[in-house]
Amino acid sequence: MEVLIILTFIAIAYSWFVDKEKTKQGLSAGVIMFLNILPTILVVIVLISVILYFLPNETIVHSFGKSAGFFGYLLAAVVGAIALIPGFIAYPLAGTLLSNGVSYPVVAVFISTLLMVGVITLPLEAKYFGLKVALIRNSLYFIGAIIIGLIIGLIM
Amino acid sequence: MKGFLEKNKWGLIIFIAFVAFTIASFILNIQAGKDIYKKNFVLFIREMLFFLPFMFILIGLADVWISKDKVEKNIGEGSNIKGTVFVILLSMLQAGPLYSAFPVAYLLWKKGTSVRNIFIYIGAFSTLKLPLLMFEIGFLGWKFSILRSLITLPIIILIALIMERYLKNKNFEINNV
Repeated sequence: MEVLIILTFIAIAYSWFVDKEKTKQGLSAGVIMFLNILPTILVVIVLISVILYFLPNETIVHSFGKSAGFFGYLLAAVVGAIALIPGFIAYPLAGTLLSNGVSYPVVAVFISTLLMVGVITLPLEAKYFGLKVALIRNSLYFIGAIIIGLIIGLIM
Repeated sequence: MKGFLEKNKWGLIIFIAFVAFTIASFILNIQAGKDIYKKNFVLFIREMLFFLPFMFILIGLADVWISKDKVEKNIGEGSNIKGTVFVILLSMLQAGPLYSAFPVAYLLWKKGTSVRNIFIYIGAFSTLKLPLLMFEIGFLGWKFSILRSLITLPIIILIALIMERYLKNKNFEINNV
């Protein structure tokens, strides 16, 4: 986070030094893009906040801890696709799952959909790509995540 | 301004309803409303506001400084494997949640990046970021982490190829929202 902020200021300073006009253009383009997406982002945050209250991360993750077989894979995939857990919380949770006896492949499926599929952020993605393309991308990654789990199951 | 309000009507209604509910919760002492605000909303909004404005400013600057010709030549349609490797390395050096890849994807598209490389970027960004991998290794072990990355990479490329095939001749566009 801090790196990004420092990098941004260095970039602005350097750009300003080279060409003031271009820098102004770039800055205003960036600010406008941010303001345009802000309402959608606020809605997504509101949705996440409310959903997380009724379904806390721990509850969600432990919900698929006990199921086995292909159903376990599918449940892990669905939970990962819907949940929006930042990596720094997700990995410790996944670590707990492993020590509770959940298999590596199931954890791999969960981590994969968590990172690559975003159901809650779909409205945001659809704004950029259009709803159809966003749905196709997410579906493909959903299937891909299960394949990743199956392959890891064969190897580990 | 009017267009802005029109376009985001539902978003603003939901947000205003949430604000009203939160204020009411604090006045009437509704625990659920207070918790949703304090435990969840503040956390996410902070992450978002410390991150996104800077990222968009960098995108804006990249937009005025990076030439379309160069991007097209190196990672555009007809670019080779070197371009794809570059895109993967670029995505690995970043940080941030999945949704922060979309505005970057817009910039890549605008500058003439090929559909395949755009989707490879999104895939690699979402799962192969180095800061994230470090974290993963710490909690799940290097063996799992490396194996998962090695299996994920070809799947990312495969999905990008499917998207490229599907979007061919469809005038695919990424919107500047």
